[in-house]
Amino acid sequence: MSTATTIPFVDYLVLEPEPHLIAHECTGCGARYFDRRNACAGCFATEFRDVDVASDGIVRSFTIVTFAAPGVEVPFVAALVDCDGTSVRGNIVNCPPDPEHVTLGMAVRLTTVAVGADDNGVQAVNYGFEPR
Amino acid sequence: MSASDDIWILGISMTKFGKHADRDVVDLGAEAITAALADAGITMNDVGVFAAGNLMGSAGIAQQLQKQIGQTGIPAYNVSNACATGATALRTAIMAVKAGETDIGLACGVEKLAGAGLLGAGGQEKSVGHEWTPSGRYGAVGPIDGRIGTEAMPGVFAQIGMEYLHDHQYGGTAFELFARISEKNHSHSTLNPLAAYSKAMPLEQIMNDIMIAYPNTRPMCSANCDGASAAVVVSGEKLRTLSLEQQRRAVKVSASILTSDPFEQACQVLPNINTLTRNAAEQAYEQAGVGPDDLDLVELHDCFATAELVHYDNLMLCEEGGAVDFFESGAPWRDGRMPVNVSGGLQSKGHPVSATGIANIWEVCQHVRGEGGPRQIEGAKVGLAHVIGLGSACGVHILEKSGLAA
Ligand SMILES: [Zn+2]
Repeated sequence: MSTATTIPFVDYLVLEPEPHLIAHECTGCGARYFDRRNACAGCFATEFRDVDVASDGIVRSFTIVTFAAPGVEVPFVAALVDCDGTSVRGNIVNCPPDPEHVTLGMAVRLTTVAVGADDNGVQAVNYGFEPR
Repeated sequence: MSASDDIWILGISMTKFGKHADRDVVDLGAEAITAALADAGITMNDVGVFAAGNLMGSAGIAQQLQKQIGQTGIPAYNVSNACATGATALRTAIMAVKAGETDIGLACGVEKLAGAGLLGAGGQEKSVGHEWTPSGRYGAVGPIDGRIGTEAMPGVFAQIGMEYLHDHQYGGTAFELFARISEKNHSHSTLNPLAAYSKAMPLEQIMNDIMIAYPNTRPMCSANCDGASAAVVVSGEKLRTLSLEQQRRAVKVSASILTSDPFEQACQVLPNINTLTRNAAEQAYEQAGVGPDDLDLVELHDCFATAELVHYDNLMLCEEGGAVDFFESGAPWRDGRMPVNVSGGLQSKGHPVSATGIANIWEVCQHVRGEGGPRQIEGAKVGLAHVIGLGSACGVHILEKSGLAA
């Protein structure tokens, strides 16, 4: 039985020592991915190394979702964030979900969001981006 | 038979799009096929290959249809390619004719979607009484839809449109710009009796409707509905043996292209629907020997108002980066320089996903045949039909008026 009290919501979120994202970077061409890989879609190489992704970024695109599938809380802001050249999907948090407060080109930073505890008391921790 | 580069549409049809509560996918597909065969002036006995697509129903739509319209023992292909399924079925029939395996092919796309919810959204919440357990390719301990961006189509395509505005430093109001694109298509739909919705909508009404995923309100999203479409394709060699009337009404398939997205950084983060569309358009113009300026009309995949904008650019209807100016010039209105979606587009005509890729070709055929009725684009000779299946697949067809038996 695990003694961990927190678990990252996805495996590319690292919580310690400072929360940050990692990407699987192709050693052949430098392409970055967040999912488990079989090979690189760009150059077909099979070697990857984990690299830290910058935690500061700018909002390249966003949408404010007000109508979603059952079980998905609305409204929320879904965004594409350019973190120093690496594109990352994430929600914009700690910011009113309206187009007066969320804008294209807005500067944001990575933050963490509590998702809840499981039956063992382990807290799942997700990431989001907040204005900076 | 020999391999042929000369492919024609001999007959084509679409059903009315909308709610068909009392009919199943086989009824709708059979109606479209029967009409396409009648339009072509042939029967199932003349057809040498059949391809059909349907995403939401039970497997084997091609054989289900054969059992109702004619079992002749020909090869039947069931195809699935998201919203490009219809175009993919047509491409399959075209490839068989081009390869010389047969001289007449049939394709059909059919869908029942009326009342369906959000496409693409995945809410498979784990049962409660749980232990966080990483699973899937992101090692996620729960569903990511809504927690790490959105999986639902309105929001995905909203981001695609907003990304274009960011990349081209648009200074205006995004919401109003996209709503005006929707206003155009709803206005066009008033002339299309087969559209699911054929009411003009003032800009304020579009903007004040329910917001689904900013900046897309409900009328700016393609309508889930039921419908089917079908087409008969024939080799040029065979066409020249048919009646003068068949030759005169046949529509030349000057280009038939299907692409998938080539890898680019970030294309697996937010889908890139731009590069594969541009690639398909480039190949289509090359194959047809025509350029964007030669087109009399375009039916493009406006699954959301935010998608239409980027495709003005991707299909090279405007200068690179010039999609907003192109729209603001009035060009894509039906009385403009380059009419786009005179059918009303997916926002009004509706989007029964598997049927869409042939229905947009049907629309172009109506015009180049001079059979467009009240919405005829006068003197249309060449048109382009575009479809996108997210994931992604892109189909582009260029259709030309017959010069035979003139
Ligand atoms: Zn690589």
